[in-house]
Order: sequence, then structure tokens, then C-alpha cells
Amino acid sequence: MAVATQDSAVRTGRATRFVLYTVLLVFALFYLLPLFIMLVNSVKPLGEITGGSMIALPQTWTFEPWAKAWSEAQVGVEATGLRPYFWNSIRMVVPAVLISTILGALNGYVLTKWTFRGATVLFGLMLFSCFIPFQIVLIPMARVLGEIGLAGTTTGLVLVHVVYGIGFSTLYFRNYYAAFPTELVRAAQIDGAGFFQIFWRIMLPSSGPIIVVCVIWQFTNIWNDFLFGASFASGSAAPMTVALNNLVQSSTGVKEYNVHFAGAIMAALPTLLVYIVAGRYFVRGLMAGSVKG
Amino acid sequence: MAQSSVETDIHTSVQAPAEPDFKTRLQSWLPKLVLSPTVAMVLLFVYGFILFTIYVSFTDSRILPFVNAQGATSYDLIGLSNYEKLFRLSHWEIAITNLAIFASLYIIICCAIGLMLAIFLDQKIRGEGVLRPIYLYPMALSFIVTGTAWKWFLDPGIGLENTMHIWGWTSFKFDWIKNGDYAIYTLVMAAVWQSSGFVMAMFLAGLRGIDNEILKAAQMDGASNWQLYRRIIIPQLRPAFLSAFVILAHLAIKSYDLVVALTGGGPGRATELPATFMYSYTFTRNQMGIGAASAVIMLMTVAAIIVPYLYAELREKK
Repeated sequence: MAVATQDSAVRTGRATRFVLYTVLLVFALFYLLPLFIMLVNSVKPLGEITGGSMIALPQTWTFEPWAKAWSEAQVGVEATGLRPYFWNSIRMVVPAVLISTILGALNGYVLTKWTFRGATVLFGLMLFSCFIPFQIVLIPMARVLGEIGLAGTTTGLVLVHVVYGIGFSTLYFRNYYAAFPTELVRAAQIDGAGFFQIFWRIMLPSSGPIIVVCVIWQFTNIWNDFLFGASFASGSAAPMTVALNNLVQSSTGVKEYNVHFAGAIMAALPTLLVYIVAGRYFVRGLMAGSVKG
Repeated sequence: MAQSSVETDIHTSVQAPAEPDFKTRLQSWLPKLVLSPTVAMVLLFVYGFILFTIYVSFTDSRILPFVNAQGATSYDLIGLSNYEKLFRLSHWEIAITNLAIFASLYIIICCAIGLMLAIFLDQKIRGEGVLRPIYLYPMALSFIVTGTAWKWFLDPGIGLENTMHIWGWTSFKFDWIKNGDYAIYTLVMAAVWQSSGFVMAMFLAGLRGIDNEILKAAQMDGASNWQLYRRIIIPQLRPAFLSAFVILAHLAIKSYDLVVALTGGGPGRATELPATFMYSYTFTRNQMGIGAASAVIMLMTVAAIIVPYLYAELREKK
């Protein structure tokens, strides 16, 4: 391949292209495999999993495992299914995403258009907080939540996610607003517009894309969180990820793999849907959060 | 829109000149006022808490709450002995050895696969728009979800091994997840599956940013495809490599959910990582001082990687 002389842009021969497509397709199958396994085995009777191939399509289709995972399975003390925990996650994720996004937007606005001495240092401190291993805050956080009476509650989790989500949301808005013409802000200021008016009438109307990016990123991160959920709300306030883990790891009775897979899809569905609908923004968020700090 | 609103504002401010002093003063303080809740939260919940955990790591605290209702302390400062104990624990040694194996394989394989897929996708591939999202979707899933899927798929009794047996390859054996010597590699497998698409996206963005003119010129000079990539394109991806390394390294150190879902740290302690060590020592083994010490070590490792990176990025911006 190396010797084959090419005289124009990176060009590939027929054989090379065959290899390219084969490799790319094999990897596509590799990435799709776990999803396929989850889907296929969530609609099989248990006997077909234990007695058959995991990769085979079901012989008898059944939605029993879904119903069971949703409303009957033994997750906590009672056999409630995953339903209450799904709602816990919703109740956690909606306020946490809203608050962290709003604060992030305001912070980004201040840090770019009303900048002051030490702003970069402050921003650096916020940025670092995005990357800390959260083990370092578990002990004091557990104690503080206990002391203000929020241990084991969804409200406590909202607080935690706002606090540790704010770094990223600030990062997004700051980088986005940095490219926004400051002259427009100064002109409006000269015309007598105040701080919030400029934000509300000038900045926000042009912030659509970054709001989407930020909301998607926060939603995905907070929904998928396990560490905080397991540490601070493992009981009846547990979020979906913790409940799913309890379901899968429970050692009592027969292992109902099909129910586990159905539950896993339920836990994956919200973020997967967001990804399917707005994948482009998700990727943008990933890149903004990593490539450019 | 903006124009008219500004005008109405002028009118209202003209109509109400009562306390311009206060208003202008407020305006000048407003930005800092708006920023202050966040600053307070970050200082308290991040940096205050870090200091607190460091403090706990110097005490012989065992369980929460370590201060009684009257504020009296029920622990003693014991200096660095938690750290001494920590590094004498075989459990911790296993955790950091595992982390070293896991992190290096995870980073290397993710970069290799990511780079390969990015280069291949960059060859004007038909269906790129379909393939790219397929490579990337694992990043949107919770590690608990993917851990569950991989856990049962790798389970010899019902997963891959069983399938191969049914397909007629009866001597096929794949029980790594149950084997203490190999379980760590199943962790690598699932983690690579989750993150390699993301690395691909980073490299692809890098590749798309390379100036085509340089490539054309090199080609005029008779450079082969291989040389082109080896000498010109890959060296230009250095920033993408750096970002990938930083992101993957810090993800590896923080890895917790995947271990819990996939292996639970087992079999035995075969897949124990610092994150799982910290959790079990702090919350289930009642050795909070040691747990805190391990968290401090984790933080310092991450900081050693992240701080220079952020510093460079922030300076670049200026």
C-alpha cells in the first residue's frame, strides 16, 4: 500500500477501499453489539437466554421482561420495579439541568463581557472543578447533606449536581460568549441598557446553540451519574442508575437476565433519545469540553 | 427587537431619575453579584471540601459523623500515618497496579482505534454520516448500562462462550470476567468500547483541520500515502493526542461506575481500582481516614495531569 505511488491528494485504490469499508463496518458491528444484545434479550423469555444463544433473535417475543422491570421487579425493599426510580431521576435531572445552565449562562456573560481583575483565575478554579475525582468531596458532602437534612433526598442530589455541573456550563457559555462582539454590548450600554437587559435582549437571543449543547451535556452527565446517587441517595430516593445496579447485582432468587436488559434499556433510553435527536450538539459539547479548555 | 427595547429603557430611566447614584453603583456591582453565588459554591464545595478531606486524611476518623452535636471532636490528628498505612496495604497496591494496567491499555487502545477509525473515515467514505454516530453513541450511555450489557455478554455461562458452543465451536473458552488474572482486561474492553468513538471524533476534527495545500505540495514532491500520514498528518495531530491523553487519563483514574457494574471489583480484588478502594474504605469498612488519604492521592494524580493542561489552554487563549 505504501509503495503504490499516488500522484494526487490522499487517494486510495480499489483493494484499499475494500479493506477500509470492511474495517469500518466491523467496528460498527462491534459498537452496536451490546445494544443489540440488550434489545434482543429484553424481549426473550428467560429460558431462551439460559438455554440458547445470546446473539440469536427471540423465538417467542415477549414484553413481559419490560413490564416486570418497569413495575414489578425487586429493586429496593419492595417490589416496585424501576418506575419510581425513573421518576426520581427525572425529578433530579430537570431542576439540576435548568439551574446549572442558567447560572452557567450568567457566569459566562460576566466572565466575558464584564470581566475584572482575577476573572481568569476564577475561571481556572471553576474549570479545575470539572475534572476533580469526586471521591475527594464525598466525605464532607455526605456530612453537609446530613447536617442540612438533605441526605437521601432528591433535593440533595439536585444541589450536588448543580454544584459540580456549574464548571462545565460556565465553560460552554464563556467560550461561546467570548466570540460574541463586545462592541454590541458596549453600544447597548451607552444607550442605557442595564446588565440584565443586555443579557436578556442581546446575549440570550443568540445563545440558542450553546444552550442546547449545555442542556444536553448536563442532562447526559447528570442522568448517567452513579457515584453521587449511590453515595447520597441509595434508598427510596435513588436515581435510575443506582436502581438498575441494585436490580442487576441482587443475589436473591433467579437471575432474570431479560429483566436486567429491559431495565438497562430503560436507563439508557432518555440519553439515547437525546443523542438520536440532537447528536450533533452532543458531539459539539464533548469537543468543547475537551479539545478547547 | 433589541433596538426598540433599548429605547424604552432610555424612557423609563429618564422618567425615574430619583436615585441614579444607587442605580449606577448597583450596575457596577451587579456582574460580581451575579457571579458570587457560583464563586461561593465553588470555593466552599470544591476547594473547601478538598481541604476538609485533606484534613480528614490526617486524622484517625473512622465513620461519619465524626464530630458530635456539641462540636466536640472525637478524633485525633495522627499526621501522615494514614498515608503510611495506605501504602503498606496490599489492597491499595493491587488497586494502583490495576489502575496502571487499566489506564495504559485503555489510553493506548482508545488512541489506536480512534486514530485508525478517524483516518479511515477521512477517506471520503460513503455513509460516514451513519457510521460516525454509531461509533459515538456509547459515550451517551451510563457506565452502569454498558457494564450490565458487557457483564452478561462476557459471562461464560450465557454469553459469548455459550454462543460459540451452540454454534459448534465447543472448545471455545472465554471466561476472563471470572478469572482473576484476566478480569482487568474485560474492564479495558468495555471502557474502550465506550470511549474510543469519542477519541475518533477528536482525531477526525483534527484531521479535518489540516491544511490541504500542504498535503498537495507534499504529494507533488512524491510522498506516498504512508509517508504523508507518518510525516505530515499524524505529527499535526499532536494537540488532539494531548487532549485525548488528558481526557482518557482522568477518566481512567475516576473510573468507578464501570467497575461496580461489570465486576464489582472482583473476582476477589482482581479489578479493584483506587475509586472503588476509596469508596469501600470510607463507607463500608469504616476506615474513613484511609479512604480520605486515598482520595487525596487520586486528586493529586489527576491534578498532575490536568493542571498543566488547563494552564496551557488558558494562557493560549489570552
